[in-house]
Order: sequence, then structure tokens, then C-alpha cells
Amino acid sequence: MKIGIIYNVFLRDFRKQKKRIALTLIALVWGTISIMLLLGFGEGLHRQMTVNDKGLGEGIAIVWGGQTSIPFKGMGKGRRIRLNTDDLDYIKGRIPEIKEIGGQYDRWGVNLQYGDQVISEHCVGLTPNYRQMRNLNPQMGGRMINELDLKYKRRVIFLGDNVADRLMGGDEPIGKQIMLNSIPFTVVGVMAQKLQNSSYGGMDENQVSIPLTTFKAIFGDPYLDNIVYQISDVSRNEEIEKELYAVMGERYKFDPEDERALSVWDTVAGKKEFDQIMFGIQIFMGIIGGLTLLIAGVGVANIMYVSIKERTREIGIKMAMGARRSYILTQFLLEAILITFGGGVLGMALSYIMTEGFKRIPIESDVLDMMGRPTISLEIGLLVIVILSVMGILAGLFPAMRASSVNPVESLRYE
Amino acid sequence: MIRMNQVVKSYTTGKVDFTALKGIDLHIRKGELAAVIGPSGSGKSTLMNIVGCLDIPSSGEYMLEGSDVGQLSSNELAEIRNRKIGFVFQAFNLLPYATAYENVEVPLLFAGAKAKYRRERVIELLSRVGLANKVSNRPTEMSGGEMQRVAIARALANEPDVILADEPTGNLDSKSGGEIVKLFHELWESGKTIIMITHDNNIAATAERVIKLKDGMIDSNGLKARTSA
Ligand SMILES: Nc1ncnc2c1ncn2[C@@H]1O[C@H](COP(=O)(O)OP(=O)(O)OP(=O)(O)O)[C@@H](O)[C@H]1O
Ligand SMILES: [Mg+2]
Repeated sequence: MKIGIIYNVFLRDFRKQKKRIALTLIALVWGTISIMLLLGFGEGLHRQMTVNDKGLGEGIAIVWGGQTSIPFKGMGKGRRIRLNTDDLDYIKGRIPEIKEIGGQYDRWGVNLQYGDQVISEHCVGLTPNYRQMRNLNPQMGGRMINELDLKYKRRVIFLGDNVADRLMGGDEPIGKQIMLNSIPFTVVGVMAQKLQNSSYGGMDENQVSIPLTTFKAIFGDPYLDNIVYQISDVSRNEEIEKELYAVMGERYKFDPEDERALSVWDTVAGKKEFDQIMFGIQIFMGIIGGLTLLIAGVGVANIMYVSIKERTREIGIKMAMGARRSYILTQFLLEAILITFGGGVLGMALSYIMTEGFKRIPIESDVLDMMGRPTISLEIGLLVIVILSVMGILAGLFPAMRASSVNPVESLRYE
Repeated sequence: MIRMNQVVKSYTTGKVDFTALKGIDLHIRKGELAAVIGPSGSGKSTLMNIVGCLDIPSSGEYMLEGSDVGQLSSNELAEIRNRKIGFVFQAFNLLPYATAYENVEVPLLFAGAKAKYRRERVIELLSRVGLANKVSNRPTEMSGGEMQRVAIARALANEPDVILADEPTGNLDSKSGGEIVKLFHELWESGKTIIMITHDNNIAATAERVIKLKDGMIDSNGLKARTSA
């Protein structure tokens, strides 16, 4: 019978509270949305930066020649160390931890011509394993420079996707002839689009690649511009770099401690640093999220408190008409639970719709690419709802408990 | 029916103690129609709230139908307010968001009455106070007299023996006030015990007995006057 009473009173009154319910819902929905979007975009950004970071290649290091800065075995300092195609096999043979090694020649301002279209681009002579080391993957229907191209010094060319667009417009590039400094080349592939947020010498989408040997035959460069190697065990990056100095020091007679003799960009070390920064950003987002949660919680608690406090007189009337204290408290508890959870769930749903909508914005933009895909986490959402709800419920129950524990006259006197 | 022995009620506001009732001895028999009069601040409402179990005395004894109200639990007090006493306020005290129907239904809900009975009873009560056509009106859509009649219908919902009214006509013009007083007389004739606070001597004159308060004490309890008359 008691449950019946509460049920009847609850149902009857709840429908009457539209305005208060709407206000509380708005506060809750707003709170949930701000936190969910904040954390969702943070997570999306994190994922996106991690993905972009793979554009350059994973577990690779880039080596340039340098100048000795320490006298060694009777030779003075300031001697130039240059890289050479023979170094590739030499290094690979002595450092087995290196999975792949390749080298490249670079030349800027190379003329490319297709039909009437002439553009001036960055041309790279490289080894075929750049495909896996540097993620130079071909689009469907094409291929990357291969070993046979290298062996026979074929005049084949692999275009960055951006270059292909600018040079050939909408034409199908594969199999077409283009002129490179007036020498005919056959296009064998176009790079698949990729996100790349770090580079040396330019973005891969803006360069064209030809076999290392062909490059040497045409341009006659005596030295490699740089060497790229890839390791499988990324945790050993520093040891392997040391070994490289030792091996090359022996070959070119420089002190293995001479850091200026070669210059090495170890992306693995960069990656570790990047991960730490990302971790820091996540902690920062967590703190901001926590503070936002607190503000939202205080907002919800405030509204719940005021809206129940306003009903002190109603409680007095009900008590004067014979309501037990427990009826009043149960009714208000039920109301608070329904409102807060309803608001939380609604807020979650709206956040989800908003982030999904954001992902579908059809505009091409680097900024949007960087923002990536905001990702709503169900666990965090539930946690947010529970915290906001508990704060709201406690704040609402407090004045209801007070109003129902005093003599009805006191609550009736409330204005 | 109602018996008070040396009932005292004092309030503390800040550091000052104020005694609103200074030892009330009162006996009201079943079926009486008593008017309570006295100057403003003499303690009429304070007394009435205690009689209606909306407030408790600071000291003294209050017996209602043989049980000592001071000894009752809060649930037992709720039960008394729900079934034994109907309270009519000067300020009506209707739920603002609820219709006339829903306001009258409140005591029935807390009594746990069945839906069918509630429906019949509410309609019956509203008809009795002449508001059968205002069932769905909210307080803001009714006149003061109509609101007070809703409040009376609500007070009657669980057929209480005692009806208490604190200046029920205080916010009404003389015409609608007269109608309300007429209603109370009908109720009295049907056997209810009625205690009514009023400032209006004409209304007080229609009562069977007039209790006069002054400075928190009973100035005259209306009994002597009757025996000597
Ligand atoms: N909650 C309270 N706190 C402090 N003093 C109070 C309180 N309620 C009433 N009083 C005081 O008790 C005295 C009696 O008040 P009460 O309301 O009973 O008077 P009343 O006879 O009903 O007056 P009126 O005719 O104006 O309604 C007044 O002096 C009032 O100031
Ligand atoms: Mg009064």
C-alpha cells in the first residue's frame, strides 16, 4: 500500500514539474556534453597525432654526412665525412639489428613535363625498400620502384600523389610518359595518400622518386644525400646508433665519440618524447575534464537544491495533509534520480550525435584532419553521469530532508 | 474530544525567548462549534496549529480523543493529520500546480484510497462545496472564495471529526466569506466538531461558543457566559 501511495503521488506530481525538470535537464545535459566533447576531442587528437606520426615511417633513423670535430689518429678535425652507396651493404653487414637500409640522392628544381604542363619538383633517387621504411606505398594499379628497376637503371618514375595531380590533372598516370629534364620516364606508380606530420626535405606527396642507379647515371652525384635505416627492436635504438658511429668511424677513420662526424635523426627517440608529451597532454585534459566536471556538478547541485528548496511549502502542505516523511523523501529521491539520469543519458546521446556529425563534415582541411575523430568513451560517460547524478541527488535531497523533518507549520511558513 | 492542560508554546528568535501561549487549559467537546477570537498576536494561530498537530507544545499536555499527542511518533501524527483533522488555512495553501480535483485528492492519496473511490469522493466533495464545474481549474484560475471552498473540500476528504479553520474568511469579501461560514454551519449540523478563528464579531456571534485569547492566555472560554445566560 505504501508503495502504491508513493507511486501515485510521484506519477501525478512529476508531470507537473515540466519547467523545473527542463531546467535541471539543461544543466545536466550541458555538463555532460562539455566534458564528453572535451575528452572526446582530446582522445581523437591523440589518436590522430599517433596515426600522422607513422607517415614518415616507423622505427627509422636518417643519417647524413658531417664533419669531424675531434682529431683522430693523427688526422686533424674539420674533415668532411660523406656517404656513399657502398656504405649501405657495409653497414648492413656489420649491424645485424638493422632490418632495412637504403639511401637517397636529392635534387630540387627538376623539370617535369607532361603534355603542355611543366612543373619544377623535388626528385629523389632511392632504393626500393623505401616502400616499407618510409611508407611510400603505391595506389591501386601502380607499383613502387623495384629491384629490377634498380638493377637495369630503368627510366621509371614513382610520383607523389600531389605531384601527379598537378602534373597530369585528371589523367590516369600509370604507364604514361613524362619528361624529366627532357629525358623520357614511364610512370609506374603514384603514392597512396597518407598523413605525414614530420619530414626532412619536404613532404612525400610533393616529390617524385626514381631508381637510385638511374639518378646516379643521369645526374652523376658522387655522394648520397642521406641513408635511412629501419630497426625491428625499437627499444634498442640508442645502442644501434652507437654501433653505427663505431662501424662508420672505423670505415672513415673518425672517433666513434665524434657526434659531428655524422648527423643522425633517430625518429624512435622522437617518438618516445612524443609519447611523453601526449601523456602529458592527456593528464592535462584529465585535469581540465575534472575541473569541468566539478563546475558542472556544482551547477547541477545548485539547480537541484534551489528547485527542491522552492518546494518547501509544497512539502509543508503535503505533511499537513497527512504525508509521512518517508513518502516525501521517496518521491523527491525518485524525481531526482529520474531527472539526473535522464539528463545524463540525454547529454551522452547528444555528445555522441555531435561528434558523429563532426566526423562527417565534408570539408577538406588540415585543421580538421588534425582534430581527427573525436571519440566518446562509454566508461567515462557513465562515470560523468554517475558523479553528476550523485551530486544532484544529494543536493536535492538535503532541502527535502530538512523540510520534511520539521513541524509542518515551519515549512508552510516558507515563502 | 480535545483537552489541553497547561499548554505552553515559546519561540526563540535570536537571543530573545517569546512565549506565545502561557499555559492554556481548554476542553472542547465533540460536536461543538467554537469561535476563537482575540487581538492580533494573542496566540490564536499558535493554539490552532497545536490543536491540528501541525506544531507541538513546548510543555503541557494535549489529549486528542484520549491519546497524548506529545507521545506520538511522526508517522502517527501524520495519520492524525490525514484522518482525524481537516485544516483550513487563511492563505488556502493549495498546491499551485495542481487542479481543484488534484488538490482535493491529496489527503485521499496519502490515506491510500483506491483510484475508483478517490474519483467518486473528489467529485462528491467538489459538488458539495458547489464547484462541480471547476474540477480542472488551477488555483490561479479561481477566485479566493472558490479556492477556500476547494480547501474545505480537501479538509473533508477523509471524513475527519474535527475541522479547524484559521481565519478562513480573512482573505475574502463579505459575500464569499458568508458562503464559507454557511458551509461551516452545515458541517457542524452534520455532526462535525468545528473550531474557527475569526476577527469578525458577526461571524463569532453565530458560533455556539466563543473562546477569547489575550496575550497567550484564555481570557474567556465561553462557558461561563452560556451557563449564566
Ligand atoms: N515562528 C515564530 N517565531 C517567533 N515568534 C512567533 C512565531 N510564530 C508566532 N510567533 C509569535 O507568537 C505570537 C502569536 O502569534 P499568532 O500567529 O499565534 O498570533 P495570532 O493571534 O494568530 O495573530 P493574527 O490574528 O494576527 O493572526 C506573535 O507575537 C508572534 O510574533
Ligand atoms: Mg493568526
